[in-house]
Amino acid sequence: MKFGVLVFPGSNCDHDAYHALKHIHGTETRFIWHKESSLGDVDAVIVPGGFSYGDYLRSGAIARFSPVMNAVADFAAKGGPVLGICNGFQILLEARLLPGTMMANEHLRFTCKQVLLKTESHQTPFTSKVPENTLLEIPVAHGEGNYYAEKELLKELEDQDQIIFRYVNAQGDTVPEANPNGSVSNIAGICNKARNVVGMMPHPERAVEKSLGSEDGRYLFESVINHITYSL
Amino acid sequence: MSNLRYSEPEVTLELAREHGLTDEEFEKICDYLGRTPTFTELGVYSVMWSEHCSYKNSIAVLKTLPRSGQNLLVGAGEENAGLVDIGDGLACAFKIESHNHPSAVEPYQGAATGVGGIHRDIFTMGARPIAALNSLRFGSMSEPRVRYLLDGVVRGIADYGNSFGVPTVAGEIYFDKSYEGNPLVNAMSVGVVKHGETASAIAEGVGNPVLIVGASTGRDGIHGATFASEEISEASEAKRPSVQVGDPFTEKLLLEASLEALKTGAVVGIQDMGAAGISCSSSEMSAKSETGMRIDLDKVPLREEDMSAYEILLSESQERMLIVAEKGREQEVMDVYAKWDLNAVVIGTVTENGNVTYIRDGEVKADIPAYSLVLGGGAPVYYRETSKPEYLEKTGRTDLSEFVDVDDPEETMLKLLGSPNIASKRWVYEQYDHMVRTNTVMGPGPSDAGVVRVKGSKKALAVSTDCNGRYVYLNPRKGGQIAVAEAARNVVCSGAKPMAITNCLNFGNPYKPEVYWTFTEAVGGMGDACRIFDTPVTGGNVSFYNENPNAAIFPTPVIGMLGLIEDVEKDLTPSAFQSEGDHILYIGAPRSGIDGSEFLSFIHNVTAGDAPDLDLEFESALQKSLLSAIQKGMIVSAHDLSDGGLAVALMEKAIFSGMGAEIQLNLPGQSTTEMLFSEAQSGVLITVSPSERQAVEEHFRSNDIPAYHLGTVGGNELKLEDFARIPVSKLASIYEEVVPSAISAANVV
Repeated sequence: MKFGVLVFPGSNCDHDAYHALKHIHGTETRFIWHKESSLGDVDAVIVPGGFSYGDYLRSGAIARFSPVMNAVADFAAKGGPVLGICNGFQILLEARLLPGTMMANEHLRFTCKQVLLKTESHQTPFTSKVPENTLLEIPVAHGEGNYYAEKELLKELEDQDQIIFRYVNAQGDTVPEANPNGSVSNIAGICNKARNVVGMMPHPERAVEKSLGSEDGRYLFESVINHITYSL
Repeated sequence: MSNLRYSEPEVTLELAREHGLTDEEFEKICDYLGRTPTFTELGVYSVMWSEHCSYKNSIAVLKTLPRSGQNLLVGAGEENAGLVDIGDGLACAFKIESHNHPSAVEPYQGAATGVGGIHRDIFTMGARPIAALNSLRFGSMSEPRVRYLLDGVVRGIADYGNSFGVPTVAGEIYFDKSYEGNPLVNAMSVGVVKHGETASAIAEGVGNPVLIVGASTGRDGIHGATFASEEISEASEAKRPSVQVGDPFTEKLLLEASLEALKTGAVVGIQDMGAAGISCSSSEMSAKSETGMRIDLDKVPLREEDMSAYEILLSESQERMLIVAEKGREQEVMDVYAKWDLNAVVIGTVTENGNVTYIRDGEVKADIPAYSLVLGGGAPVYYRETSKPEYLEKTGRTDLSEFVDVDDPEETMLKLLGSPNIASKRWVYEQYDHMVRTNTVMGPGPSDAGVVRVKGSKKALAVSTDCNGRYVYLNPRKGGQIAVAEAARNVVCSGAKPMAITNCLNFGNPYKPEVYWTFTEAVGGMGDACRIFDTPVTGGNVSFYNENPNAAIFPTPVIGMLGLIEDVEKDLTPSAFQSEGDHILYIGAPRSGIDGSEFLSFIHNVTAGDAPDLDLEFESALQKSLLSAIQKGMIVSAHDLSDGGLAVALMEKAIFSGMGAEIQLNLPGQSTTEMLFSEAQSGVLITVSPSERQAVEEHFRSNDIPAYHLGTVGGNELKLEDFARIPVSKLASIYEEVVPSAISAANVV
């Protein structure tokens, strides 16, 4: 089983994803430079967080033109599991591998803190092993995490069970106070129609060790490892 | 300025004065050169001999600090930052630096480039930065200008640090009107490097090529170093173009490319370009190796056309480095930078004549003995006149007895908790990514120090910054001692052994004898403390001229402390209460005297008395004893007493945990006010499990450290004897609301 972690100029959570996969979950993991046009023989791709190309334009707007993104699109079209985290989510939106748009946080400030997530759908390679009725404590760290979808799209996402995570309070309620960035309907993560591409603003790779505050992110990686094991 | 390339003014004494040089300095320059300098040479000398680059008014005093120790691999001033051995074949490079003046006129870019500059100092040594800290001072948030500065500085630090991808794990912010108009922005970076992989700022090997790498060179920041070497005034607004503009994305590429380039083995020496740009890096590297450089400025990648030699040499464009490569292997270095889409251009060679020679349009524009330009070489060294400030007579003699009785301790406690200096800084630190790189085992907020683990080892680094400028104002020597003592106590409380310090000395105009007296006293105090704690000074930065048209700032020598946790799983100690039923003990010195306290300042608007009590020998014994108890696994939590004294430490332990406590002030002798609010040093609140209490008391008794049992953790109220009973939720809401509501009082977006 092999994982690939993309590296764009300005990626800065690439090493964290690598560490989580390789050292915590013990999987074979390699970095894939953005100028490469092939992903090689990887079984899953992580598009990590950071500030690709500095994100001076819209986040992810330049990274989507990197050669490697064509390979990611092909990989995704064939059903390969792809997880975009934070800037990775933004890049997947810009690449149109996921629907919707990202805006600056409602309060116009970067925000870094632990949040609580409700898993709205277990029907993805990254959430199948998340325990039922368990809120996940996973941190966010972003300035542009205010996900937006037009009414029709939002309805479509809901109808097709494409909303994967929502920000909630300790009681599991989707309330405005639990929303760190103003995203529509408290959305923290979504998937594509085929369900193999998932994007999320929170950082599961930062929540895989107790000493760092939470291990809840492990469920996502365990899910995809399980998914690959059974599809190999 | 734009036509300087084509017309260089005649150099006269008058022009030298306009460049901030004294008559004697101009004469000295003529002596070094044996002739009148060219216009370009005058520019180079003026920046290199500015306070900022030459430390001319501080170096004699700084040399009195302890600068060696068994764990120091590189001492102060030898390289861009100090290097401390942390075992397991690893070393830690760390340094703090000021960006006060730029931040005063352009807070966003000023603070951002401060962060960028200090990280470059670390990775130019081959170390990967793993943590950032910052120590900030502002005027009162009731002033719109202060809110503007605070907002801009925080955004600047956040945008640069977050994009660069290094967590901001700790720091401090104080508000006092003495900083109005002259905020302090001190940024610290901490990096880790394997032994044997460190890089050096040398220019060895005559004939070796010299490369400029990273960003191209523009007109930004020209004379930034000179600007930082004068007082802020109304005219300072016009100096806005002296402020550099930061690009964290390029810095991130520069970091990755530079660490990769060093791995090729083709790099002989490397130095970052900060103040005074090419002038400084080329002359310092040459002087260190007793070589010279011949540099063709026509080859430097430029952002703007028609830049003169003067402008190119003095540009402080960010995100650049100067590299000396092994002859014949320069292509390997260039390939790495090309991979990261960065410039890497050979602009010269190392020569043996000891001069830095700069060529533009095929003509020699400057030809200067490198030695004559640099600190430790020919740069001037002054020891200024000192005079004890008169105000100390008045503050020292103020009778504080009328303040030692408080009618309603509960109300006073709640009011004090609402002081911006004490209240939560969550509004600030949540704007910083404090988790990236997944090493932050203790972040900002509920902890005395930031703690980052070192992956691949059991170790962790505990880091803190500290300085209470009010204490230094009231007693410069003791204030300097306290800054070190408290920074050390912070890292000890988290389970670390204090290893070494870096310092950022923020003072007023050194030509004022009172300021210089304060400076020498404060440095003396720091030295006293460093010797006792065996924490040598590895380097740092001096920022003079921190004055505004109204007054001087509080003298503020900020300490950046590096502590080492041997076994992070075992020794890491939180500051909050952990379990109901745990016993609460106070260990340390008597809570006596309200001198210099936040209580006096915030409740009574009085800044007077002496600095709080401190006995360095006792402090050292307390810290050693506490650390050994932590390492024996006896301590559940530890929180040091600082601003606001015992009352604030108790309230914080409750707020951070959401747990209450029942407290009896079983402390010897003093008034309730002093017990609650004294900022006497050498005090720590610990909690221990009931089964360990006796052993803990015995441990401290055997070390001659008084330990007093104050109560137990439990419930959801903080109860103090019969005079206070406060729900923890109420404490938390006061604590959290102060800064956000002060900020939102205005529309700063």
